[in-house]
Amino acid sequence: MPYQIVVCGSLVPDPLQTLEPVQGPAGPALKNEMMLPAWLDPWAGHALYEAAHLARQQPGSQVTLVSLGPKAKLQQVMMTVAQKVPFAWVALDGAAGGFTDPAETAAALAEAISALPGLNPAQLLVFGGWESATRGAGVTLQTVAERLGIPDVFLGVDELKVLPDGALEVLERIEAGRHLISRCAGPPAVLGWATGNLPEPKNNPQIGMANMRGVLPALQKARPVQIGAAGVTFASVTLPKQLRQTRTVKDASPDQIAAELIAWFKS
Amino acid sequence: MQTLLYLTATETDGSLGQPALEALGAAASLAAALPETTLLAGLVGAQVQPAANQIASCGAKRFLAVTGTDFAASRYASDAAAAAALIQASGAMLVVAPGTARWLRCLPGVAARVGGRADTHLTALEVVNGQVHAHRWYYRQRMEGVFTRAQRPWLLLVDPGSQPAWSGLPGQAVLEPLAVTLPDHARRTTVTGIREPAADAQTIRPDAKLLFVAGAGWTKKQADGQTHVPEAERLIRDFLRLSRASLGSSKSLVDLGGEGQAVLSFLSHLNQIGQTGATPRHPKGLATCCHGEEPHTVGWRFINERRAISLDPNCGWARGKADVLYVADAFRVMDRVNALLAGEANV
Repeated sequence: MPYQIVVCGSLVPDPLQTLEPVQGPAGPALKNEMMLPAWLDPWAGHALYEAAHLARQQPGSQVTLVSLGPKAKLQQVMMTVAQKVPFAWVALDGAAGGFTDPAETAAALAEAISALPGLNPAQLLVFGGWESATRGAGVTLQTVAERLGIPDVFLGVDELKVLPDGALEVLERIEAGRHLISRCAGPPAVLGWATGNLPEPKNNPQIGMANMRGVLPALQKARPVQIGAAGVTFASVTLPKQLRQTRTVKDASPDQIAAELIAWFKS
Repeated sequence: MQTLLYLTATETDGSLGQPALEALGAAASLAAALPETTLLAGLVGAQVQPAANQIASCGAKRFLAVTGTDFAASRYASDAAAAAALIQASGAMLVVAPGTARWLRCLPGVAARVGGRADTHLTALEVVNGQVHAHRWYYRQRMEGVFTRAQRPWLLLVDPGSQPAWSGLPGQAVLEPLAVTLPDHARRTTVTGIREPAADAQTIRPDAKLLFVAGAGWTKKQADGQTHVPEAERLIRDFLRLSRASLGSSKSLVDLGGEGQAVLSFLSHLNQIGQTGATPRHPKGLATCCHGEEPHTVGWRFINERRAISLDPNCGWARGKADVLYVADAFRVMDRVNALLAGEANV
């Protein structure tokens, strides 16, 4: 069965960068936010790779990536992401920082998905990361589902199988390192992916060239959207004071270290 | 006068688990600190009377319930229908719930359905000048924000492990059942089971006092120029068995499996700690063969006491991320640790 797989995926600052909160005109923001190198949100990346994998298995399937972020940063991120897997792209030009409200993000994404040409709920699977690496809220996808009227939502997905009768078997992370196994009758469904089981695809210049034919026009057509955090008032945003006075033990024998560790375990 | 609804699901035996009791502690404290606020309880599950009795003395004025086999398992459509019905029936403007996998999946959608907002992974709730302020972390535990919100109903999901659990005397609670009829489309999904490792192979132990993290160094060439993956497996397995620690790993170690390299067979992405992994809560953590770089150590935010074993005296742990760094060969140290633990076990 061919699927229309829509992946919601935005960008995050490179995790190796130092992040510092500052007070902006509309609330908290990151210092030099527009200067920070950006990446595709990691869990959204897993969702994209899983979508491409599913599309390869199900002939006729299409993958559409819907991204909301500042246009210039989206362009930067797409230079890499476009080389990974084939997809069509829809861009929305708006804020994607951690202090925005996921309900506003979800409203913009749902509107963009609804406007996709030829959208067929009987074939629709909406993918995304189960949380972003910015807000880390895990709220957006369920709100998108409610706005699109999709009754089945799965979060923390590590595996999706299409069963012979067209039903979907979904494994979701639950507490204590376990997975909940569910059987869903079929599309439409919303799946928020955890890491899944696929490695990051290597860059493929041919895929990149094919994708880039659509990326630049999509960027030009990127619709501006106002994303903020209406109704939210931040009292403070602070970095943790967590630098420790590290004691470095260099010349102890394994026996000495082991004894010290055992005493520490018991303390 | 406003209503605060404590909302939770019951365990399979009808009782409340630790995360639910922690959320109740937060809800009861919040209700007590807010002026003219009434606490109600909303319970969902196949059977909820044991749970209601368990918390009969929590101060809730009413115990609303959605029960039945349709609401036993964790399923988005039925959980959302139950939660929305409870919120609407209670008239609550504030809802406090445990941040379990079940409610994290469902309540953000419910917030949209009832015209409110949900905030997740909250680590503290307080009342400042009569307003509720919530604490949570942003950018994967890199900075902490404190905020309040104007939208109502406001659904507040409290992170497990962040609050003291409510405790009080059991009693006999009077349930007020709500009738919730599921439409056909809410039954499109059925829960068919739970996949979990065998009891002796389960390496993720949320209640453990110690988190043991294995880094990619365990699979790298050692001083003799060879890798020693089977020995690493034995050392780590023995340590987990003897210490009952919970096992975490760095992303780089888990990713090696996807790249076709030798890996520790019992590791999966579920063990991954950090930027794209978990942020567990344990009193102590021991990192081994791991560089302690920022994308990994953000997952250590809630580990109180931290020690590390690394051959690199300039690794990230040495730069204020650990309390103690042992510059040593983890293979040799853990071999001795296991010997000492085994000796104690035999005494």
